[in-house]
Amino acid sequence: MDPLLEIKNLKVSINNKKIIKGLDLVVNAGEVHAIMGPNGTGKSTLASVIAGRDVFTVTEGEILFKGKDLLGIPVETRSREGIFLGFQYPVEIPGVSMTNFMKTAVDEHRKYKGLPSLSAPEFLKLMEEKKKMVEIQSNLTNRSVNEGFSGGEKKRNEIFQMAMLEPTLAILDETDSGLDIDALKVVANGVNKLRRKDNAFVVITHYQRLLDYIVPDFVHVLFEGRIVKSGTKELALELESKGYEWIKQELEK
Amino acid sequence: MKSANLVPGKEQLISLFEQFREDICSNDIPCISELRTKALKSFSATGFPTREIEEWKNTSLINSLVPAYNFYFSPFEKKPDIDTIFRCEIHNFETDLFTQLNGWYLYKQSPVTRFENGVIAGSLSAAFKAYPELIKKYYGKIAETEKNGLTALNTAFAQDGIFIYVPDNVVIEKPIQMVNIVDIDESIFLQPRNLIILGKNSKLTFVYCDDSIKHETSFINSCTENFIGENASLDFYKMQNKDSRSTVITNNYFKLEKNSNLISNTLTFNGGLIRNESYVSLSGSGSDAKVYGLYLVDREQHVDNQIYVDHMVPETTSYEQFKGIIDDNASAVFNGHIHVCRDAQHTEAYQSNKNILLTDTARVTTKPFLEIYADDVKCSHGATVGQLDPEALFYLKSRGICDRNAKMLLMYAFAGEIATKINIGVLRERIDAMIVKRLKGELSICDQCVLHCKENEAINFEIDLSKI
Repeated sequence: MDPLLEIKNLKVSINNKKIIKGLDLVVNAGEVHAIMGPNGTGKSTLASVIAGRDVFTVTEGEILFKGKDLLGIPVETRSREGIFLGFQYPVEIPGVSMTNFMKTAVDEHRKYKGLPSLSAPEFLKLMEEKKKMVEIQSNLTNRSVNEGFSGGEKKRNEIFQMAMLEPTLAILDETDSGLDIDALKVVANGVNKLRRKDNAFVVITHYQRLLDYIVPDFVHVLFEGRIVKSGTKELALELESKGYEWIKQELEK
Repeated sequence: MKSANLVPGKEQLISLFEQFREDICSNDIPCISELRTKALKSFSATGFPTREIEEWKNTSLINSLVPAYNFYFSPFEKKPDIDTIFRCEIHNFETDLFTQLNGWYLYKQSPVTRFENGVIAGSLSAAFKAYPELIKKYYGKIAETEKNGLTALNTAFAQDGIFIYVPDNVVIEKPIQMVNIVDIDESIFLQPRNLIILGKNSKLTFVYCDDSIKHETSFINSCTENFIGENASLDFYKMQNKDSRSTVITNNYFKLEKNSNLISNTLTFNGGLIRNESYVSLSGSGSDAKVYGLYLVDREQHVDNQIYVDHMVPETTSYEQFKGIIDDNASAVFNGHIHVCRDAQHTEAYQSNKNILLTDTARVTTKPFLEIYADDVKCSHGATVGQLDPEALFYLKSRGICDRNAKMLLMYAFAGEIATKINIGVLRERIDAMIVKRLKGELSICDQCVLHCKENEAINFEIDLSKI
């Protein structure tokens, strides 16, 4: 069986500036991968390129999703194929209600799969179910997308959208940043509830803290556009105690 | 039936008036005929506005004045059934409905009715002779014929329209809706004239719809005078859903007495060339005007909104908000002129105009103009022209929403704000639905237009929580 995600020798630049300089990664169904590394090493760029953001140029290499070439496929199709990006900075969209937004998204996913649209009551039931799953009490769903949400609410909202769309590959870009410990637990619980044998998660983070709650199968260190070290969850602990300087020194050897 | 067919040049119109003077004046009382003569003189001095006039710099009537139009000076003999032709998008909505067909007021029993509560409503032409005291007191008193050539032309020629009088202390709960329909197989030049009078402490909601059914070239030059008495309030909604071969000129005059309120909301969904002028005179202290507008234009359409708000006395307030989405090669103009008189202290005036251009060829000209002669006032304005936010588009699309629906959601979010300003729930819902339909290209006018075919059927996204 093909891996869920296979990245081969990926090179990415923006405005002729090289950001990712030859990256390989294989993610199989059922796995959780953590990608760590200092600021500005290309973590968010990697997430954006997989999701299909067109401001970046892929100069070399390929990204395969379920064995199919992903590059050149529009962002909305990638989503319907099962890719989800949890944004580091979710966008505020005044005037677009969460309900309209999610109804449109869910219906377009269903249409892509050849399923009929959900009726309004069916849809609202689904929303309630998923809200409960990610422990959202407020009627955040009547509000405009992310408008006036606190930092924690925005991140929860990302997890809520993920729960609604049930992706096969979710990339969470620093979903833990700016969260207090309670919010962090909620986010992690949401992810854990959604883990299945046939899906996978790539969790991008600065800190080991999140990985206490979302236990990864693999940990990768991204440094200057390359994965320079991979290991199991123990690597995250080692990074936490020794810092990224340790990686730098190892590389220099 | 008295009619003529001609290309509407200044000289031609003046001799047309002389030729049909007897028919035009057939229902007049003397003061009306005097006004006509005076107005015709003004028109012969000004003629049609040209781009040399500052306020007309960005809108040209040249193309609208090329074809020959039919002019009618007596009502059509065959009276059609209103219900069979009426297809307004907001029908079934609880209103007292009045209809004007091809410029003439349609009625079933009597042309003008006096109701038990003293309200008078009906044909303006019939009101001339039936209520001469009211006509003498109000008709032509605020419509500006000296400088405004089109208002002068209307004043000279106008024969019919709607007349509404609400006596002191009468509150009309049910909105009155006026539908101005053009349904004729030939080019037509119309000049409807309306007069609305609100007594002290009275209240009226008026919905004015410009609709077309046939798609022949038309030129509508309408004028409405609105008198809002002390402590009275008028909600004035204007819906424009015309075909692309129509030229629509509306000159609306409002005079507000002490502590009175006006809400005006002009919604332009379709049209060829549309020019809306609103003149708001805040002549009594404590009076407040809210002037809203939304224009959604595409193809080669052109819409021009000119708002003139005059703060004449102290303690008056005004709030203007106009929004527009301009697609294809369409163009829009907004001119917001706020005038604060020398002694009009404690004036508060706010103005905003926001535009989204969807293509490189769409154009907008927006010009706020504040003219302030008092020193203790609060006035501000703002105008923006932009595109749909690419970050927001990416966010929506990253959830599987196609480009078309993502844009639709953002456009609706932008435009829908104007609908939220509508006070009556039912009307708000209808207009909201109309905005969505318009953005999806599903309004009846679009349906019939061969130029604007619907590609990719969009998925429904509206879900109204209040209905579940």
